[in-house]
Amino acid sequence: MRLWLLVVLVVNQASAETRSFADRPDLSADAVQSGRLFLTEETRALQADDFANPGYLWVERGGELFSEGEKSCAGCHAAAGDRSLAGAATRYPQYDAGAGTLINLEGRINRCRQRYQDQPALTYESQDLLALTAYVASLSQGLAMDVPIDAEAAAYFQQGRAYYFQRRGQLNLACNQCHDDNWGKRLRGDTISQGHPNAWPAYRLEWQTFGSLHRRIRDCDAGVRAEPHEPGSEIYISLELYLAWRARGLGMESPGIRR
Amino acid sequence: MEKLAVLALLFAGRFAVAADSLPPLVALTASPAEGKRIFAEREAGHCVLCHRVAGLDAPFQGNLGPALTGIGSRLTPAQIRLRIADASRLNPDTIMPPYYRREGLEQVAKPYRDATVLGAEQIEHLVAWLASLEQADGE
Repeated sequence: MRLWLLVVLVVNQASAETRSFADRPDLSADAVQSGRLFLTEETRALQADDFANPGYLWVERGGELFSEGEKSCAGCHAAAGDRSLAGAATRYPQYDAGAGTLINLEGRINRCRQRYQDQPALTYESQDLLALTAYVASLSQGLAMDVPIDAEAAAYFQQGRAYYFQRRGQLNLACNQCHDDNWGKRLRGDTISQGHPNAWPAYRLEWQTFGSLHRRIRDCDAGVRAEPHEPGSEIYISLELYLAWRARGLGMESPGIRR
Repeated sequence: MEKLAVLALLFAGRFAVAADSLPPLVALTASPAEGKRIFAEREAGHCVLCHRVAGLDAPFQGNLGPALTGIGSRLTPAQIRLRIADASRLNPDTIMPPYYRREGLEQVAKPYRDATVLGAEQIEHLVAWLASLEQADGE
């Protein structure tokens, strides 16, 4: 009887814990659709017009920064050739042996600044880092996202995946409950997207400015009333890796326009 | 039999749940009009983010959750209350947030810790309005 009671107690305890959906399958590769398809016609047109898309202000500024200084980015990364950055953004985040950790495009830019350009790292979400990231990402426009998740990246991938499938916040919601299970449905006037990162960094209409994917993820966490993590934190870079893999094959759109 | 009684007690958990219903959280004269306001307003419950009620004067009602038109004809007040307070007690995988629960939540942002999404009185007003919705009201 006593043993039986214990078993029931343990079962009851487990049922009171927050639910992880990590046993669920990932979004099917056949189902993957860019967030662009969930925007209004007007917003899509704005993104498609290089002159009207306000994100190009950041891309242009990034292009200037890319060529500035004695040891400029352009000094190594010519527009053509082995060190061209066309397609580079499709493979981030990735594990960096020198850093000994997973880094995203922002992290790669800061690593280059510190190691090769004798420049201090730029603050996450600063206008200059956003601009450089936007410029480098724009060089991969239309190319398919393609991050490796094997070898050293595997553990980060699992960490990011676990975060995606974990309920959190006062509203007790996991990412997958909206972006896998209910994309296409409506939250008041908005259509829920699949939550892909292929347009980021992007100009967000709600912000009236340009921002990073991590800033966007923070808004999702805050939206379910969870304590957000810092932009550039390991957990968000790991989540970014999972999202990038989940969006594999999608063409990159940065600088995107999003709601 | 004794085992059954113990089982029932253990699974009753945080608040008394009889089958799929929940008794009033607080004694008050609930106001359906106030419940309707809480349902629609962004600063209150903002239930229209996910739920639709035909005939309700609120633009762009969501469809993430089921339509609640005529819900009073389908569920008792006590059943409606449980679904608002903590629908996960009926379905652990539900997307419906728990509006009256503090325990078993992770990473809750500081301003919301140790608080419920809605207060007991707000939920009673909501239940009163929803329970008053008859199928004839819409659709």
